[in-house]
Amino acid sequence: MQVVVCVKQIPDPSGTYTYDPETHFLVRPDEQVLDDTDRYGVEMGLQIAQEHGGTVTLVTMGPKGSMQGIRQALAMGADRAVVVDDGDLKGSDALTTAQVLAAAIERTGFDLVIAGTESTDGYSGVLPQMLAGLLDVPALTYATQVQAGDGKVTIHRQTSAGYDVVEASLPAVVSVTAGVVEPRYPTFKGIMDAKKKEVQEYTASDLGVDTSLRQRVTAVEPAPEREAGAKIEDDGEAHLKIVELLQQKKVI
Amino acid sequence: MAAVWVFIEEEAGAPATVGLELLTKARSLGDVTAVYVGAGSEQAFATLGEHGATRVLHADPGDALPSAPVAAALATACESDAPDLVLFGQAYTDRDVAGRLAARLGRSVLSNAVDVDLRDGAVVTTHEMSGGTQIATAEVAGDKPHIVLVRPKSFPVEPVGGSAPQVEKLELPDVGRSAARILEHHVEEREGPQLEDAAVIVAGGRGLGSAEAYELVERLAKLLNAATGATRAIVDAGWVPYAKQVGQTGKTVKPDVYIAAGISGAMQHLVGMKDSKTIIAINKDPDAPIFSVADLGVVGDVHSVLPKLIEALESR
Repeated sequence: MQVVVCVKQIPDPSGTYTYDPETHFLVRPDEQVLDDTDRYGVEMGLQIAQEHGGTVTLVTMGPKGSMQGIRQALAMGADRAVVVDDGDLKGSDALTTAQVLAAAIERTGFDLVIAGTESTDGYSGVLPQMLAGLLDVPALTYATQVQAGDGKVTIHRQTSAGYDVVEASLPAVVSVTAGVVEPRYPTFKGIMDAKKKEVQEYTASDLGVDTSLRQRVTAVEPAPEREAGAKIEDDGEAHLKIVELLQQKKVI
Repeated sequence: MAAVWVFIEEEAGAPATVGLELLTKARSLGDVTAVYVGAGSEQAFATLGEHGATRVLHADPGDALPSAPVAAALATACESDAPDLVLFGQAYTDRDVAGRLAARLGRSVLSNAVDVDLRDGAVVTTHEMSGGTQIATAEVAGDKPHIVLVRPKSFPVEPVGGSAPQVEKLELPDVGRSAARILEHHVEEREGPQLEDAAVIVAGGRGLGSAEAYELVERLAKLLNAATGATRAIVDAGWVPYAKQVGQTGKTVKPDVYIAAGISGAMQHLVGMKDSKTIIAINKDPDAPIFSVADLGVVGDVHSVLPKLIEALESR
């Protein structure tokens, strides 16, 4: 089973994001981290490859920088990584990203592609679906449970009412929700091994993808601020203030 | 007049609420066609008409996962009818169909819009950034149709009293190896008011300290006839199910009163609840960002404030 996991390096989300004042693109520092939600996909991929025999290839697009985020995922146990880094891809929309990833994945070969449902820094939320469309395979989305084998994949797909059990033949794309599995922590050996693993690099032109921008952000303005109200220190009686406000708002 | 198509999924036999919100907006932009995905019924079509759809394209995928066949059929219909704009909600099946349709047509998707307009053939959308502290305007020019995903609760639902729309069948093609099948539907038991339409919400975050402490949130909610919510942090930690998540990757809510217990107010969370009419926050950290949107902020420990609040309400 050839498993491909799409991952993304993002600026540390615990810090403040900065945007280029001209283009309004997110400024990406050299040191980026693995998007936390991608750890679930990597873990899922490792478990499936382990169960059926096979390899896990990471595919990513973006400035590689120090590669810290990719090494994090390799240290978990992925076999190799494919990195598409090209300055011309700055500010790309989800479709260009999907075209790049699809071209890289076609070169790698795949039975199963796993991705998160959305990234933490861009959250367009349509990448896995676009990727599946370009690869002409089914997209089994928002998986809270995944089983793959015997040429097919079955998932629990999150719905607004609960979940559906959905099945398709491989090859397929699966998008996983955070919490689908418990991601492992890299071991010391894993971290050491990650430094020696194969990393294949491409540019957009290597893959034959058009990098012209389709959408642009024309303005960013501060939102009208919501006025903060009273802030009180709990002196043991603060709950009474809450009761008072709830009465005022006719909740009780 | 611009032609605007609105994708609407059937939920429990009726049009999904976000679809009716989009119809309400769409009729100010042009002539409205509803793309309705589900079993369909006279009543459902009438509801679409009442909210401004003059035409319905009805697709019934049966037990097929809708994304691939509906996107393929829509791509064909878009090529022949050339609508200016196709609107989707930022919702599960909507995202699946929009992504696949865009890949097929080679179009950009504008995601997470909170407003949308058509100007001189281009689509202009408004987005909240950095937890809603900044408003970005984005634009896509070029070939039609433009594809936009709109966050739920961006527009009110207002019936316009329109007559029964003209209903046409949208035939779904065989999508070969892209097909997927739904084997079973599971409906989770739901108790009490639901997040999407509750007047009062009590939500918990990491400040609760443990999964067990979420019980305080549930007890308070019961006393106030409120729905319970949660931050992404405690959903990811497995304390509560994903269906409770409020925020960027969860639900957008606008209740009359939102009580945030042990929630620091990460951007991710704020964007989903900051438009609540009244916000009450309890948090130990006086510098927590949640206090910047709270009408009443209590700097204190949820483990002492919540039990006292519950007791005070119980003794009333």
